[in-house]
Amino acid sequence: MKKILIVDDEPNIVMALEYTFKKNNFEVFIARDGQEALDILKIQLPDVIILDVMMPMVDGFATLEQIKKEKRLRHCKVIFLSAKNKEKDIEKGLSLGANLYVVKPFSIKKLVDQVNELLQ
Amino acid sequence: MSSIGLLLILGIYVSILFYIAYWAEKRSHSKWTNNPYIYSFSLAVYCTAWTYYGSIGVAANSGLSYLPIYLGPILIIPTWMIILKKIIRISRVNKISSIADFISLRHGNSRFLGALVTMICIFGILPYISLQLKSISDTFHIVTKTQSSSNIFTDTTTYVCIALALFASYYGTRYVDASEKRRGIVTAVAIESILKLVFFLIIGVYVTYFVYDGFGDIYTKASVLEGFHQKNSIGGITNGINWFFLCILSLFAIFLLPRQFHTAIVENNKEAHIKTAMWLFPLYLLLFNIFVFPIAWGGNILFQGKGFNSDTYSLLIPQFFDNNFLTVLVFLGGFSAAISMIIVSSIALATMLSNNLLIPYGFIGSLQNISPEKNSKRIVNSRKIGIFSLIILAYAIYRIFILDYSLVSIGLVSFVVIAQLAPVFFGALFWRRGSNKGAVIGIILGFLICLYTLLIPYAIGVSEFSSSFIQDGPWGIKLLKPFQLFGLDYLEPIPQAFFWSLFFNTMSYLAISVSFKGNYRERNYAEMFVDIDKYITNHEDAFVWKGTAYISDIQKVLQRFLGEQRTKRALSIFNLKYNVDKNVTMADARFIKFAENLLTGHIGTASAKILISSVVKEDKITLPEVLKILEESKENIIVNKKLTETSNELKKISEQLKIANQELVNKDIQKDEFLDTVTHELRTPITAIRAASEILYDDEDIPEDLRKQFLQNIISESDRLNRLIDKILDLEKFETGKQKIYLSKNNINKTIGKTLDSLQQLIKNKNITVEFEDASKEIKAFYDEERIVQVIHNLMSNAIKFCSETDGKISIKVIENSDVVEVQIHNNGKGIEKEDFEAIFDKFYQSRNQNVKKPIGSGLGLAICKQIIEHHKGRIWAENTEGNGVTFTFTLPNYNTTENSQK
Repeated sequence: MKKILIVDDEPNIVMALEYTFKKNNFEVFIARDGQEALDILKIQLPDVIILDVMMPMVDGFATLEQIKKEKRLRHCKVIFLSAKNKEKDIEKGLSLGANLYVVKPFSIKKLVDQVNELLQ
Repeated sequence: MSSIGLLLILGIYVSILFYIAYWAEKRSHSKWTNNPYIYSFSLAVYCTAWTYYGSIGVAANSGLSYLPIYLGPILIIPTWMIILKKIIRISRVNKISSIADFISLRHGNSRFLGALVTMICIFGILPYISLQLKSISDTFHIVTKTQSSSNIFTDTTTYVCIALALFASYYGTRYVDASEKRRGIVTAVAIESILKLVFFLIIGVYVTYFVYDGFGDIYTKASVLEGFHQKNSIGGITNGINWFFLCILSLFAIFLLPRQFHTAIVENNKEAHIKTAMWLFPLYLLLFNIFVFPIAWGGNILFQGKGFNSDTYSLLIPQFFDNNFLTVLVFLGGFSAAISMIIVSSIALATMLSNNLLIPYGFIGSLQNISPEKNSKRIVNSRKIGIFSLIILAYAIYRIFILDYSLVSIGLVSFVVIAQLAPVFFGALFWRRGSNKGAVIGIILGFLICLYTLLIPYAIGVSEFSSSFIQDGPWGIKLLKPFQLFGLDYLEPIPQAFFWSLFFNTMSYLAISVSFKGNYRERNYAEMFVDIDKYITNHEDAFVWKGTAYISDIQKVLQRFLGEQRTKRALSIFNLKYNVDKNVTMADARFIKFAENLLTGHIGTASAKILISSVVKEDKITLPEVLKILEESKENIIVNKKLTETSNELKKISEQLKIANQELVNKDIQKDEFLDTVTHELRTPITAIRAASEILYDDEDIPEDLRKQFLQNIISESDRLNRLIDKILDLEKFETGKQKIYLSKNNINKTIGKTLDSLQQLIKNKNITVEFEDASKEIKAFYDEERIVQVIHNLMSNAIKFCSETDGKISIKVIENSDVVEVQIHNNGKGIEKEDFEAIFDKFYQSRNQNVKKPIGSGLGLAICKQIIEHHKGRIWAENTEGNGVTFTFTLPNYNTTENSQK
């Protein structure tokens, strides 16, 4: 079973994502902000991390920078999920090493397809 | 004293003066030569040998009538600040180097008028120079106790005069540009002025206190002499009128005499020097006159009935007492007075002669085609020869004509001739309509009358004393008697000639100027002269000219006189001044005027115009056109002036603009951030709604409870969306001023209580203790209750959110001050960064370091609070409480203050 870590401070969005990925046979971990995500990553090694950009305390970009520092997490696929849809934000996200940058609002079905594609 | 001895002393004296001139020339920029005192004393070139000796003669023979010659200038000097300054400005900007240039330029560079003025000046001044030579000669013979020889080659004074002529012609022509300053000559003249005054005062003190026992003694002794009382009164109304005209005459002379024009205007370095001259020069004149009376009457008492020439009393008295030292000192003073007049006058005359007569009428053609060095040499040589021959000519006049005349009468004739320039000269300063024709006819007519009423009778008088022409008039017509023209019999010859000549001169000048309009060039200069203050900085702008001209052609002409280097320099100055590109090939009006100016100093105004006209093609302009252009340029100049005046202000404003612009840029960035955040905030609930809806749509076998949960999510996110929109609209209304505040009298404690009630559930959930002191006390204030509830709700929500997780505590305090009611809401959570205290009240504030940090809540709450409080004219701020937590405080105007202010 593939493991997925969802990091977002919006509970309703997290709920939808959690339900959908569970249904698609993922083992789902949830974090409400960057710091919590980093804590979980110390004990878990997910295949995919879905990372919201705008979060209180440690934001998505800073979280990814931390993740990239860990050799252990080198093979995790990272997808940014953000309402910030400006080109410079997207560029910044991808340059930090994300595999995908998905703009909110998004199609949840499509997101699952994209995740599966990434994992193949 | 022997002739050789006196010549030796003279030689030493002149050498010293020569050395002073040489020294000053080398230090032409030092403060020793460039100060208001040198300027003021150089003006005293007005006091010639005529003053030095002649006044005494007049005082001794005819009483007080020597005084008007000094009273006239003293009367007009207070106006120098206006008149002299104006003349100096006109001359400076136009590079005018003589009174002939001044008048000629005003009448459109009129060649004829320049020449006419030059001739009048030479005619008037030459006898005056003769007079000085006469005084040198006479006094020389008195001091050496010799007789003047009838053979001019054996007369020592001939050689003194030649030496003088050589000195003047060498020193007076140092510069080709006649408008250049000659510091050497001026300084020497100033020193001579001091010396002649000092020597005169010494002899005055000697006569008054050593020969006699003071003024009283002389007065008592003199009062018994014949005619004393009659001589020493003004003498009724007729004499009063004579006095009046003599005053006016000398008042004109102080402006018009070429040597005065030269020292006061051409050699003026700074306008400010006039201020000193305005008190120092009259003082000088007064000092010079203190001892005239005692010396004159002292001499009368001593030499009563001996038939000595009273002009020379100041020499005869010390000689009578065998005081050789004083005699020589007095002689040197008189000599100083004479030579400074001779030198300055001959320089001024020679400049006029070359620039206004010889060059424009003579060799202007030959100057056009030779090298600049040769040109300069030729111009300088013509002036050298001019100065030399003028002095020699004056000597000749002295030898031939005026051996027998007293000093004063010749001097006054000179004044009357020069006074013919007065109407034109003063007209040029104040009257726009004066025309060339009027000027020429006025001057000629005035001069002719002068000739008839003064010069011819005097010339006849030399040969036959009692002529029927003077006694009975020509052909026995009484009305035409030269000394009583048209039956005017109570004026003495000089005032009479002055009156009639000036009368006809002025009348014809006015009448002809009014009847016949001058050409456009005259009108142009009239404007520039009369309104010089407006054109002083950019006078080239005021010059009207139309036509085609190539800069290269004009440049060639300039090079002939200035040389290549100076021409180049002058051109680059012009380009800089008017911001003209150096590659421009066509010359405009400003350039034409600029070029004429450059030439004027070398060859005079008339020739400058002729030379420039020869290489350009000028179009005719009508008079109305000129006036129109002038009007426009005047407006421009006024605008320019205003512009420079406000330039500082503009600088200030531009600074403010810069700041304002930076603020705008910041605002723009803020606006972008705001939009950015708004879209994010709007997209977040939409994302949740979309995700939930998608699941509900796709997933048919979703468990019932989850399905309900997703629907619930959709509802709450929709509400959130709606609230957000409400808040944005609220804020927008406040910021654009559309939001109305409905003030009413309320109890703030009651309002707080009401708000707390609606938050009870939240407070209970987080297990927070709320402390509210004196909740029951009534504290009245004027505010919009609904809005203030919104503020308190917001602040309370924040406080609840940030309260310490474990032991949450919020305390509310209301303080009633004299002018404000202060509400403090404190929570014991984490503090706020200091730099954020202000910024948290900005909408969607994002901490600078982490630009993607998510704002707390919607990020609009505090911004709205701030707007509401500010609309109530209160303040809101945050501060960290010592120990722990944050306090948010807002103020509302006290009920009493509000009520008072509303009364």
